Amino acid sequence: MTAGSTRPVAATAEGWGWRHAGRPGFAVRGVDLHIEPGERVLLLGASGSGKSTLLSALAGVLGDAEEGEQEGRILLDGEPPAARRGRAGLVLQDPDSQIVLARVGDEVAFGAENLSVPPPEIWRRVRETLDDVGLDVPLDRSTSALSGGQKQRLALAAVLAMRPGLLLLDEPTANLDPQGVTEVRDAVVRILDRTHATLVVVEHRVAVWADVVDRVIVLGSGGGILADGPPAAVLGDPATRSVLAAAGVWIPGWCPPLAEAPGTRTPGPELLAARGLSVARTRRGPAVLKGVELSLPEGSALSIVGANGSGKSTLALTLAGLLRARAGTVTAADTLARGAGADPARWKSARLVQRIGSVFQDPEHQFLTGTVAQELEFGPRSARLPAAEYGPRIEALAERLRLTHLLRANPFTLSGGEKRRLSVATVLATRPAVLVLDEPTFGQDAGTWAELVGLLRGLVAEGRSVVSVTHDDDFTRALGGGILEVRAGSAGLTAAA
Amino acid sequence: MSADLSAPVLSGAVLMRANPLSKLFAAGIVTVAVILSIDWVSAAVVLSGELLLMPLLGVSPRKLLLRIWPLVAAAAIGGYGTALLAEKTGRVLLDAGPFLFTEGSVGAGIAVALRGLAVALPGIFLLLSTDPTDLADALGQKLRLPHRFVLSALTAMRLAGLLLDQWRMLGLARHARGAGPDGSPIARVRDFLGQSFGLLVQAIRRATRLAVAMEARGFGAGPRTWARESTFSAVDLWVATAGAALAAAAVTAAVAAGTWNLLLT
Repeated sequence: MTAGSTRPVAATAEGWGWRHAGRPGFAVRGVDLHIEPGERVLLLGASGSGKSTLLSALAGVLGDAEEGEQEGRILLDGEPPAARRGRAGLVLQDPDSQIVLARVGDEVAFGAENLSVPPPEIWRRVRETLDDVGLDVPLDRSTSALSGGQKQRLALAAVLAMRPGLLLLDEPTANLDPQGVTEVRDAVVRILDRTHATLVVVEHRVAVWADVVDRVIVLGSGGGILADGPPAAVLGDPATRSVLAAAGVWIPGWCPPLAEAPGTRTPGPELLAARGLSVARTRRGPAVLKGVELSLPEGSALSIVGANGSGKSTLALTLAGLLRARAGTVTAADTLARGAGADPARWKSARLVQRIGSVFQDPEHQFLTGTVAQELEFGPRSARLPAAEYGPRIEALAERLRLTHLLRANPFTLSGGEKRRLSVATVLATRPAVLVLDEPTFGQDAGTWAELVGLLRGLVAEGRSVVSVTHDDDFTRALGGGILEVRAGSAGLTAAA
Repeated sequence: MSADLSAPVLSGAVLMRANPLSKLFAAGIVTVAVILSIDWVSAAVVLSGELLLMPLLGVSPRKLLLRIWPLVAAAAIGGYGTALLAEKTGRVLLDAGPFLFTEGSVGAGIAVALRGLAVALPGIFLLLSTDPTDLADALGQKLRLPHRFVLSALTAMRLAGLLLDQWRMLGLARHARGAGPDGSPIARVRDFLGQSFGLLVQAIRRATRLAVAMEARGFGAGPRTWARESTFSAVDLWVATAGAALAAAAVTAAVAAGTWNLLLT
């Protein structure tokens, strides 16, 4: 059997619903749909409408009665998904959490091995699928040495080697830079054209997939299906569009409205400056970026842009006082340092949080406590600020970032957008004058995106300095300010507003 | 000990081409021979043999020393302690108050130091010349250990290798949140414990997600095939024979020299 003859799978949901164990309400229910073999479907809906849960169910990895309660049923070619293991292949959002083995070739072979495919056929499939996804690296290349886009194409190849008749993609491009997004999307299209497999893809950024799919299904927030039809009809219908916009889905030809206008403030005196700066990831590792010159005045925004792996994140960590400069200097002006010394890398944690705030790409890295409320109080408490001072400020922040109803929740159980809002709020709780953010809009829905932009614009208008590492052109444009383009080991200021 | 101690040196050296099981056998039999008797002759024979075989590893002595110096230091300290405290028999070599060394005690010290190194080196050789994936293949196919167990252990090993990076990132993130290791030793210990707990939480979350990803790829569903066939070749015969021969030579030499001192009697 060759890839060209992969038999596409039909998928059916009949009054289907799922309640996670320990949760009072159903994550999703009342889903009735039939997907024909070979159809290409884009699945949309607000966060929390159960898109990922539905994909997991189709993949047969939702678990048994211990992990939740199911109503209705899901069938692949008329049988339960668990009985059709290997017919559906699932690719998840985070490339790092789905790589199993150390070498590229072994990783692709893993799924086929589990399906008891004979070894010579496995290696034929490994070469074929790596070719299909356009991943041209030696089979013994280390899987940890790949870029984000390469890892995601590897995950795709690893699933394709199982010859699935149903390809399930759960926000496969949310964590990738624009080039990675195109690479993965094009690889999927190439494969579908050849194998004619059925496709179901979940994605916030509709424009990436709208031209590729032939059907759009929108799940309602309160259960059931809101809209179902060809992309042009569903996305062109004003009623559906407004529902999708309210749900934070990125619809082509629409940008979320922003509350505040861009700050017209003229930048004030300098807060932080880098002169002849070289940055390195570790103390003894090689310098990834050299000769950076920049100045961050009060009331300014700066976007650091450039390809993956060019050293943007390392530069941000160094500017934020978390890594020591390899060469050159990062100097805090007296107005920022307030007696703590000129080199932020030497500041103690308690002083650092009151001067420079860092928001990491993965919010989970920064969560330290068991509830949202403790998380918000953590910074001010470790800086030994009086509760009378930070209490009202935290309340206002929670209100502003819609976290008030979540104060007693565990940070790790929040949705992606909520985690991002919390990570920004925790940093703002100590009122730092400089804010450094690494990819703040990655994987965010349009609602959270607009909130972030509004909030950051407000901070700039207040006179703070906001530095963002980003691939998001809309974000850079909306925030305004300077752009530092990083490429091949050096950086240059290309524009300033 | 640093994490790269466990990373194999993939250089295409002779030992790399041997099946992990033959290396395991050779290392095992040599270790048993050294452990059975505390005497300097058998330990010296094994250690010389191991040093002679080192070129097969494809690692320069300098690089090897950089990786195993803690072991060398530990062996030297162990030998020194034994020489200081062992039964004082034979001619006095040095008498400086509490520091009394005799021929008998120094002999025992040398035996302990040599034996420590001789026991440690086969394990190091095995680690440096073996890819974990190949070891898992051999255990699953040749020893027929359950594949769920073997592959889960292999995946866990890969995740453990990534912990160092995560630890570093966690340290930066905590510093950024105001939880850095400032101030008193007690605060430092508390910070270390906090960071360790954070690492544990992340490791568990990552392992859970990976388990789902593995299940989605059909892992554990039923019988499986192995894409990489684990095979034995002439090299394995040599490796196993060399191990057995070295063990036999050590025992014979010690018995002939009259130093054989069986631990169990």
